[in-house]
Amino acid sequence: MGATEHAAIADAATAHGVVVRGAGRVFDGRTVLADVDLTIAPGEFVALLGASGSGKSTLLRGIGGLDRGFTGRIDAPAAKAIVFQEHRLMPWLSVWRNVALGLRGGNIRERALTALDEVGLGAKSDAWPSTLSGGEAQRTALARGLVREPDLLLLDEPFGALDALTRLNAQRLVARLWETHRPATLLVTHDVEEAVLLADRALILRDGRIAEEIVVDLPRPRRVTDPEFVALRSRLLAGLGVGDGGPIRATTEDQEYTHV
Amino acid sequence: MTLELSTPSGVVGAVPTAPAVEDVPARSRVPFLRSPGLRTNGTRLLRQSIGLILVVGIWQLGARDWLGATTPAPTEVVAAGWDLIKTGELWTHLAASGRRVAIGLAVGIGIGAVLGALAGLFKVAEDLVNAPVQVLRMMPAVALVPVFIIWFGIGDSFKIALIIVAPIFPIYLNVVAGIRGVDQKLIEAAESLELSRFELIRYVVLPGALPQIFVGLRQALGIGWLVLVVAEMQTTPVGLGFLMNDAKEYLRTDQIFLVLVIYAFLGLATDFAVRLLERRFLSWRNGFEGR
Repeated sequence: MGATEHAAIADAATAHGVVVRGAGRVFDGRTVLADVDLTIAPGEFVALLGASGSGKSTLLRGIGGLDRGFTGRIDAPAAKAIVFQEHRLMPWLSVWRNVALGLRGGNIRERALTALDEVGLGAKSDAWPSTLSGGEAQRTALARGLVREPDLLLLDEPFGALDALTRLNAQRLVARLWETHRPATLLVTHDVEEAVLLADRALILRDGRIAEEIVVDLPRPRRVTDPEFVALRSRLLAGLGVGDGGPIRATTEDQEYTHV
Repeated sequence: MTLELSTPSGVVGAVPTAPAVEDVPARSRVPFLRSPGLRTNGTRLLRQSIGLILVVGIWQLGARDWLGATTPAPTEVVAAGWDLIKTGELWTHLAASGRRVAIGLAVGIGIGAVLGALAGLFKVAEDLVNAPVQVLRMMPAVALVPVFIIWFGIGDSFKIALIIVAPIFPIYLNVVAGIRGVDQKLIEAAESLELSRFELIRYVVLPGALPQIFVGLRQALGIGWLVLVVAEMQTTPVGLGFLMNDAKEYLRTDQIFLVLVIYAFLGLATDFAVRLLERRFLSWRNGFEGR
């Protein structure tokens, strides 16, 4: 690693972005991540895609400091927040106390309530987590992350367990929150549409390394029906080794032709 | 009930203006309204008492008859109790027994909780503490009586020592199990929130272990009263056990039954106290409560 490159990396890290160089992770002799290079600029939204078991979540946990068994180097800002696939709220703390958990400084209750208002749950602040719906619980988890004003927001398939309609709303909420607060964001997902909808860049993890990078250069808010959107989605699907549903469309077109 | 009526209408009014993120707007579960109303509470109490009333009724009918010629009727037991209350004897004995149990349980539960917390939180402590505790656990309290008499004499200290030892084990086992049963995912979430070690224990580990700890507490309190009986069956100048032995000497079956009933009530009272604590500290649980 050259001196200038090293300096650049250090700069990026101090400026609240993420720099991963040559990161590897081995579980019981099985290599999950071999040689991952990844940079997230401050305020950038990056989506990380990959097949099941490709190590997406492992990489996120490494960046989040939850997995200390990594080789290579990972520089991430100290102020980070993680939203998991399950809400992971403490069932014995009321909603606002969950959001406030571990907060430092003054006005803790007010800050928690403000964060809850922002995700539309101000009225539920005194409820028990067990009385929340899946979407509400996940929004509470988002509020718990955002109230910490993180420089880095790590989202580990946060909408994976939600039903389709709730997921759409939650995605819109994340887009809005990201535009307001502008943390560097890493979204781990298996949903290609979600990646194109939210991210500046989509990365595909394959064989233990970042195999492909696709820049999503579309104006926000994005529409799934936009031809450019569709094209990007197809590219990502191809990158994941899945046809973009072509055969189905081909047959409908065939039918149309036969009708004509 | 006005609350229940006003809530849905409030929600309906809020729907058009609600942000697009609202996923289940019609949901209006207000936890406070789940507790049954006054009327159902009354019928429930009646239902709970019917069994007991039946038992006492059958006892009254069968006493001095087909339940055995020496079996006193409930009325006789109450009369015996009234006599002892009038002379003030009952309070002396109750106070003596209560003091032994209170001291013994407080110390025993304290020791069990500390050992359990250490073993649950630290692997080193578990390795050191677990084997001896498991060995001692297998010894019935009754079998310790002769040893403890030799060590502590036959006075109060022997009885209290016996009551100290017994509850240690259920508390220890349940505290360890409770701590180890806390969801690893919640611990991880707490780590990502950068809780201090104290905060982790105070807000995650302890409340997570609490349901199991309450199970241990119930067992410990029950065992406390049980061991009291065993301890007081030895030479005792004062206490419920003395009352029992004394009555045996003079064939006062009404007094013997009185002591049994008192033991039952004391056990019931401690169980009720634990229930109150559970209601206070475990109100967040919405497990299955029966239909």
